[in-house]
Amino acid sequence: MRRYVILFLLLGVLCGVTIWATSLGTVGIFRMATPTKVLKSTLRHLQIVATAEALAILIGIPIGFLVTRRFFRFVSPVLVGLANVGQTIPTLAFIGIAGVALGLGYTAAVVALFVYALLPIIRNTYAGLRSVPPEVKEAARGMGMSAWQIVLRVEFPLARPVIIAGIRTSTVVNVGTAAVAGMIGAGGLGDLIMSGIAVRVTQLILQGAAPAAALAITLDALLGGVETWLTPRGMRRTQRG
Amino acid sequence: MIRLESVTKTYPGGTTAVKDLSLEVKQGEFCIFLGPSGCGKTTSLKMINRLIPLSSGRIFIDDVDTMQQDPNVLRRNIGYAIQGIGLFPHLTVAENIATVPKLKKWSKEKQRSVAEDLLELVGLEPDTFIDRYPSELSGGQQQRVGVARCLGGNPPILLMDEPFGAIDPITRNRLQDEFLKIQDQLKKTIVFVTHDLNEAIKMGDKIALMRNGELMQYADPTTLLNAPKDQFVRDFIGADRVLKGLRLLRARDVMQDPPVTILDEDDPSEVKARLDQSGMPWAMVSNAKGRFLGWITADELEPGKSVRETLIPPEVTAGPGTPLNEALSLMFNSAIGTLAVTDREERMVGVLSFDILRDVLGQQAADLKAEVKAEAKAAAEASASNETQGSGA
Repeated sequence: MRRYVILFLLLGVLCGVTIWATSLGTVGIFRMATPTKVLKSTLRHLQIVATAEALAILIGIPIGFLVTRRFFRFVSPVLVGLANVGQTIPTLAFIGIAGVALGLGYTAAVVALFVYALLPIIRNTYAGLRSVPPEVKEAARGMGMSAWQIVLRVEFPLARPVIIAGIRTSTVVNVGTAAVAGMIGAGGLGDLIMSGIAVRVTQLILQGAAPAAALAITLDALLGGVETWLTPRGMRRTQRG
Repeated sequence: MIRLESVTKTYPGGTTAVKDLSLEVKQGEFCIFLGPSGCGKTTSLKMINRLIPLSSGRIFIDDVDTMQQDPNVLRRNIGYAIQGIGLFPHLTVAENIATVPKLKKWSKEKQRSVAEDLLELVGLEPDTFIDRYPSELSGGQQQRVGVARCLGGNPPILLMDEPFGAIDPITRNRLQDEFLKIQDQLKKTIVFVTHDLNEAIKMGDKIALMRNGELMQYADPTTLLNAPKDQFVRDFIGADRVLKGLRLLRARDVMQDPPVTILDEDDPSEVKARLDQSGMPWAMVSNAKGRFLGWITADELEPGKSVRETLIPPEVTAGPGTPLNEALSLMFNSAIGTLAVTDREERMVGVLSFDILRDVLGQQAADLKAEVKAEAKAAAEASASNETQGSGA
């Protein structure tokens, strides 16, 4: 309960800051973003993150699944290693590289964020599927479930909480990363922040940063809810205890 | 009926897990694969439902070669229980038990009623347990659900791989007893893997003793204990054969009829008269339906008090299938040093006393003495003939 109180307080403050900054109209000779511009930027921001995340889920989960299968298992140490190393590359460098390689704009940002989200999703899918107890799979096989029935009725339901945790982490991280994408002209709240930095107007930076933070917090809470909702009831108790 | 013909399992590395194993398990028979770890017993079991493919040889179930069936269809008709239980943590007890019924596409109502019936059978109150999750059950309760689940599709054959291996000895004992009672009722064809000799002797109709992938002896428990085929079997069975012999006998083999039985509604003074007349210090009390309620002793009978008020409820009872070594330890917990034997419906079927057990032990000790003497004599003769041969050369 206390969690929600803090959450709503924080959201309230962030929205307050956004509205206040927008209401200023001008700071010195600089004009603040209009309400429409803030709203459009927020939606654009969300669009970049959501597109990248959706692609990462569509491609990451099947890859994570394949590397747990016998024929591809040899790839898994390489892939997990790659995922860990990939996370250490600075976001800024990553987006810069994408911008140079693909040309500035929306596509480059989505591709960069997609790759960035892909690795934790693969890693968590792999870890979740590997954590299914072998005796549970053996019992399933011994009772006559086909390979696909075991995957769909046993392995994925048991791995689901871990997979969703991966999606949640990568989404929240990417809301932050997407702000950097403003640098390569992808639009989104990064635009406001970048212009704020360029003209050294703190209020303008806040006008972009506050809604981005609010977005991250909201998505985190929503996906947290989804995580609990999709955790099989019989496993919730053990996970807390 | 299960028939193994020259079954061999060789792994790519060249190790042979099972070598030329041939044996037959008859309809309704409880067969134990027994042996030290690494003897190939689990591998043999898993080849029956094709979890492990054979290297050579054939396995028949009711004269049909298992290789000619779809493995999943084959497995759905063979109950399977393992030491780790492997209950599905994300499914309720009912859904776990109905795993095979669901695979066989039985109706929802039938799945539910199967789960209810099987919970009842394994001694778990359906209303309490049916909608729980495995994480909400104790280890013993999970094991019971595991047994219920392997019976789910009503298979004629059960394969059980140390199903009671991972639980404490007291619970294990109770589960063994209950499972024997269930088997008395269901008459499944069972292959049961264990490394525990006590469990093998208690549960099995037939024991296949294995070592290094080879079948050393395949016989009923009595034969295995009394006529071990070679030194390995003898060593595995151990030295204290007299006490172990108690395990071979079941309560039903030696129990006596209750000497004096009364009903709980009987008049106390009449009961007193009957006890005096028979010379017994106690009587067994049942209700009109034959259900065993407890004991009554002559000393405690008072004219004013009804039988129901004076009776001593039984702390423990044995079943007809309880081995005598367990009956002996139960007896120490009985109020009057005598153990009532009751059937599944708690009707009394007999009594066991120290005197009865002493007679059994005495008889076995005498048999063993004679056997040891005979062995010594044979050994002496053998060495004598060796000597004559030696001097002749």
